[in-house]
Amino acid sequence: MLEILGLLGNGFLVVFEPLNLALIVGGCALGLFIGAMPGLGSVNGVAILLPLTFLVPPTGAIIFLAAIYYGAMYGGAISSIMLGIPGASTAVATTFDGRPLAKQGMADKALTGAAVASFVGGSISVVLFTFFAPPLAHVALVFGSPEEFALMMLAFATFVGLGGDDLFKTIFSIAIGLVLSAIGFDIISGEPRLVLWDITGFLHGINFLVLAIGIYGIGEMLWTVEENALGGGKSMLSDATVTVARTFANLRELVSSWKTMVMGSVLGYFVGILPAAGATPGSLMSYGLAKQMSKDPDSFGKGNIEGVVAPEAANNAASTGSMLPMLTLGIPGSPTTAILLGGMVIWGLEPGPRLFTDHSEFVWGLIASLYAANLFAVIINIAFIPVFIQILKTPFTILAPIIFILCLIGGYAPTQDMHDVWLMLVFGIVGYLMRKLDYPLAPAVLAIVLGPLAEPALRQSLIISDGSFSIFFTRTYAGPIMITAILFLFLPVFKMVYVKMRNKLA
Amino acid sequence: MTVRTAEFLMAITMAAFSIYLMVKSYELPIGWIKDEGPGGGAWPFWLSAILLISCAGILFNWFRKHGPIATSKKVYIESHVLMEVTSVAVALIITVGLFSFIGIYGALPLFLIFYLRFLGKHSWKLTATLAVLIPVVIFYFFEVTLKIILPKGMTEPLFIPLYKLFF
Repeated sequence: MLEILGLLGNGFLVVFEPLNLALIVGGCALGLFIGAMPGLGSVNGVAILLPLTFLVPPTGAIIFLAAIYYGAMYGGAISSIMLGIPGASTAVATTFDGRPLAKQGMADKALTGAAVASFVGGSISVVLFTFFAPPLAHVALVFGSPEEFALMMLAFATFVGLGGDDLFKTIFSIAIGLVLSAIGFDIISGEPRLVLWDITGFLHGINFLVLAIGIYGIGEMLWTVEENALGGGKSMLSDATVTVARTFANLRELVSSWKTMVMGSVLGYFVGILPAAGATPGSLMSYGLAKQMSKDPDSFGKGNIEGVVAPEAANNAASTGSMLPMLTLGIPGSPTTAILLGGMVIWGLEPGPRLFTDHSEFVWGLIASLYAANLFAVIINIAFIPVFIQILKTPFTILAPIIFILCLIGGYAPTQDMHDVWLMLVFGIVGYLMRKLDYPLAPAVLAIVLGPLAEPALRQSLIISDGSFSIFFTRTYAGPIMITAILFLFLPVFKMVYVKMRNKLA
Repeated sequence: MTVRTAEFLMAITMAAFSIYLMVKSYELPIGWIKDEGPGGGAWPFWLSAILLISCAGILFNWFRKHGPIATSKKVYIESHVLMEVTSVAVALIITVGLFSFIGIYGALPLFLIFYLRFLGKHSWKLTATLAVLIPVVIFYFFEVTLKIILPKGMTEPLFIPLYKLFF
């Protein structure tokens, strides 16, 4: 316990370096902006902006990206409330009550509520994180290749088990990500592998950023171009009156919602830890639970502040939760953390439990930065509510070309090869076409990041066991993890059988 | 084209691609090599096989008309949306194509003029300001600060005095 506090103290020393402090403030502001833009969320921001972080050392880079992550979680609520369009999928539940409140002329109440709830969610979860992470990393230190592979199977299995209706499309997405990551060279024999159509550009493999920016940058923007064309480009911005006196009155009123906030935070944190779940289902579940617990459930959906507070606390808590498996086990809990993990590989850090011992400064700097980012984000958010409302008035046709340009350069920067820019365009366009057919794309991004780690883990395990798959079931930690993974994998089948049985009985 | 047709075409294309990936993986050994473990082609080969199976699953659902996508009679991309999305996509492709010829600082202003003036219908004043300002910011940020040299094509000689100034 004391040891953890000592390490956290060291982390704060890292955070209070002027450069890192500036990165946190800048990251929070940028994240708030990205989150507030309809269609863009934390994952888009982190994917598009990761190439910009090559300038600063790894600790600064991850602090900056984590601040963007945090800021975007706050910012998502702004367009949910003001426009009725979720700023990011994580803020969908916030529209349910945030929009009605804005229509009743209480947009400022909803915005303040969202900011405070985000702060509570962030704070509770980061404290939980601080005390959960070191013991988990400690357990994970004994993990060998079989455990690592079992964990990755678990990450993929949760996508299959919890990933909605279309089972085959989820499996497709995972497999394509893994295959794309296998392109380049066979790591063990050193032979060129899967050099598609013998184009030499494939020899250096496919950088995960090419896929991530393709899907979350180009693809997402094309999607937004479509949404705008369908909506006729009309703005539905609500009016908001923001004064200092009203803000303080709003803050006082929020005290009575503390129970909902705490509930949402704890729920969000634990849902966030699960690889496939993350912030979107976390916030929806929290909304549902708040409604069930409420004395007046009928007022939900008509402008109940609890309906804003519950999902906002949960989505911030979930974003912290999803960092837990990323840092301690090297398994990302969300697409955003998958990109952060990929970034760590670029910066030359090996993800996994050894980070805590080998790169203690990095880990604790990041954890301490979450405390700081949370504080800065709430201050910037509440203080600049009028500014963010103005920003929402920026026409999409000005922002879109700028974001497209950032994507093109972002695809070029990591390898400085035009081949990758072309590939990114292909991924963007195909990804857009697939998304229209309900192919889930997040698993593919997770898979292309995990692929280069999963393959050696599998091959080394099989070498240890001389080709027998039983190694994944007989070891103390690998066994239970693998069995859980298999249960998740068959969850859709159980569900189907259950529904059929129930229908027969009824 | 309806969503249902698009679903079929996408699944068929991806199934063909997975077969290609399987063939390509087979260039490396996919079996067990004594003292070395699985061959280099095994991992991508079996993953491509899973890919093929999932495509078969998608097609199976398509044939038995199961699920919202496989039964949807909606238009895949509405015609007025198609115009907009296609023009953006084509503009991006042309821009990237131009990178190698007239360089990024030739291509980006053209892209910005197209997007802001012709798609966004903004004033010439705003368009011109951004078309000049954004490439300048990009030059300072990426080339001067991050030392990432962006493609310049035939405009390369024009930048030699600038390189001398900054590096």
